Amino acid sequence: MAATERTMTLGEMAGAILCGAFALAAVIIAGLTHHAGYSFHMLVFAAAGAWGCFTIINRAFDGIGGIEPLEIDGRPNYNMAPVKFATVAAMFWGIAGFTVGLLIALQLAFPAFNLDLPWTNFGRMRPLHTSAVIFAFGGNVLLATSFYVVQKTSRARLAGNLSPWFVVLGYNLFIVIAGTGYLLGITQGKEYAEPEWYADLFLTIVWVTYLLVFLATLWRRKEPHIYVANWFYLGFIVTIAVLHLGNNAAIPVSILSPKSYIVWSGVQDAMFQWWYGHNAVGFFLTAGFLAIMYYFVPKRAERPVYSYRLSIVHFWSLIFLYIWAGPHHLHYTALPDWAQTLGMTFSIMLWMPSWGGMINGIMTLSGAWDKLRTDPSLRFSVTAVAFYGMSTFEGPVMSIRAVNSLSHYTDWTIGHVHSGALGWVGYISFGAIYCLVPWLWKKERLYSLKMVEWHFWVSTIGIVLYISAMWVSGIMQGLMWRAYTSLGFLEYSFVETTAAMHPYYVIRAMGGSLFLAGALIMAFNLWMTVRGHQRLEELPAGSPTIVPAE
Amino acid sequence: MTAVTTPAKPRKSLWARHKIFETHSIVLILGILIVVSIGGLIEIAPLFYLQSTIEKVSGMRPYTPLELAGRAIYVREGCYNCHSQMIRPLRDEVERYGHFSLAAESMYDKPFQWGSKRTGPDLARVGGKYSDEWQLRHLINPRSLVPQSIMPGYPFLAHTELRYADIATEMRVNRASGVPYSDDMIANAESDLRTQTDPDSSTATAFAARYPKAESRKFNGASKELTEADALIAYLQMLGTLVDFKLYDNKANLR
Repeated sequence: MAATERTMTLGEMAGAILCGAFALAAVIIAGLTHHAGYSFHMLVFAAAGAWGCFTIINRAFDGIGGIEPLEIDGRPNYNMAPVKFATVAAMFWGIAGFTVGLLIALQLAFPAFNLDLPWTNFGRMRPLHTSAVIFAFGGNVLLATSFYVVQKTSRARLAGNLSPWFVVLGYNLFIVIAGTGYLLGITQGKEYAEPEWYADLFLTIVWVTYLLVFLATLWRRKEPHIYVANWFYLGFIVTIAVLHLGNNAAIPVSILSPKSYIVWSGVQDAMFQWWYGHNAVGFFLTAGFLAIMYYFVPKRAERPVYSYRLSIVHFWSLIFLYIWAGPHHLHYTALPDWAQTLGMTFSIMLWMPSWGGMINGIMTLSGAWDKLRTDPSLRFSVTAVAFYGMSTFEGPVMSIRAVNSLSHYTDWTIGHVHSGALGWVGYISFGAIYCLVPWLWKKERLYSLKMVEWHFWVSTIGIVLYISAMWVSGIMQGLMWRAYTSLGFLEYSFVETTAAMHPYYVIRAMGGSLFLAGALIMAFNLWMTVRGHQRLEELPAGSPTIVPAE
Repeated sequence: MTAVTTPAKPRKSLWARHKIFETHSIVLILGILIVVSIGGLIEIAPLFYLQSTIEKVSGMRPYTPLELAGRAIYVREGCYNCHSQMIRPLRDEVERYGHFSLAAESMYDKPFQWGSKRTGPDLARVGGKYSDEWQLRHLINPRSLVPQSIMPGYPFLAHTELRYADIATEMRVNRASGVPYSDDMIANAESDLRTQTDPDSSTATAFAARYPKAESRKFNGASKELTEADALIAYLQMLGTLVDFKLYDNKANLR
């Protein structure tokens, strides 16, 4: 590295000044507030701002970074460092999130695990689990893959010098603030939107930067057409911004208080919440990960997407229909019936684009089915699409009011969510990461394909244990709640139904620990891959030697 | 004069017309924004102007300062992760928990706490079902009263002092987005909060006039201090008690 000083670019100066000003403001608030948790958060912000300011200036002094050439020898000079960071972060948060998930599963089976402390009780840990897996694990997977895919499909370097770093680091800082906040009791009390107003504001800035970096990279593309995966990424980024702003509209109590009150109340707030909540599923956990499917499955199978026209129909019908589905979370509640009926109708219609997308993904393998046997990372991706098909069939069934009257409030919902989250989101992410790591670190292949096999089977057994335990406990609890004796009295007290859940909660925890064990095997495998080791093992005939994608 | 005919342009198929989205990122973004706005607008906007959305009831009032503080603890501890506050109009639920919940009953709830999971029972009408003493012991150690319960214990609530320095501002913020707190209520916020745990104080009558049906007593009998348990139990004890269903006309609010 040439260690010559260079002048800072205009962007770097602005970045350093903004970071510094941010740190200063945070220190002042930290000093003035009487809320210990909020003060801690402001100090974290201040430390991050100060580090950012120092690092930007230091880079210039050391002559690192600055404006990099867009092309070297006529080939795009891809910027993969932020992608690498997000990939590592995804693995880290994934394991953290699965571990917390296992812990709260154990808390439900054995309440002593709550420790009766404020910071460790189920009510605070459960949002930590959901945010860690959805936003920290899933979010970093989306950041990593979107920044990878948009560069490769546009054959252009990621736009911006500091901005991509601001996006990945800022997003992870948001995760830290959100997660520690829950444990300290700082929460808005809205499911999947628990972070308080200041974390939300910070995320908004990060997200707008994300959109701009993504768009500006698209504008550099050499191809006239925007590749289909990028439509899905754009749909995800834009819609999540809209949902985030709508659902988190809140008035802070004061700038010195972490607490805020949502401007919506009661029934309107409920509608806003599930408009957001269901579309966090629809756009974060579906559209974003479908983009992964549309890039990694064809790439890995070395086949074009099954049907281009089906992709077009899939994209528009999916995003149009998903938005309506929220009220199926509010069946039989005080939400007016017309809204519930709309939600149910569109949820059932949603089955069509969901399966259209599944068919498009799975049929991409036509003529390459043998790869399922020889390429375990492709097997993850394809199994993911199969799980996607399964849970997008189950979803519309559960959105039918009569079914929902039984399933709502029970573990059936939890089982449904996890068949989607573990099977679809988890597996499509694992498949993508197994591809990405050798590509990014320029290794010939993974350390061990056998370990990928082990990961696959251990976690698949885990998922099957998990979802079948939750089906049984959910349906059983729903039936017990509505059971009557021959004399016309309710047959079970509530706590009898709770007690009946115990064996299933134990099985669920076992399933979760298998899933976690699989992820640990994966992390070890990736670690050894990055370090450049290759385990000596007999590879099945026709196994891919993984070369960096061009 | 010979007519010059320009060769007819070949008709583009609809598929080819999709090209505009595939080649212009801004057009694509606008398309996405329009397509995702429709459902949300149609489902959400009418809830703000259709009169029938929130039933006409008598008895609803904003939370007292102590109840509001208790609600904040309910939210902070994430009670909504396991307890719903929404009784559905199904035979077994109405028998188990009481009259089905009305939209009007959560009209001052920011955020709503209807919940999505019943790991524990619904709490929409838990007010008055158990004594304060029961609630306190149950919060400290749920299994001392319900051996098969899997609820975490919250022993720290019983001795953590309640912090309420911001309570008046919090009420003002609630008022800014529609909760009808009067100037009088906000001016007396801190004193009202203390008064509710001290029914013998001189301000008790004024408090009762401001907040009809509010129950005043020391909710956490185990501590002389004003604790978080006082606030949380005050909140739990008023849940679902404001609307008098003997007077409520179900038919008038059919929607």
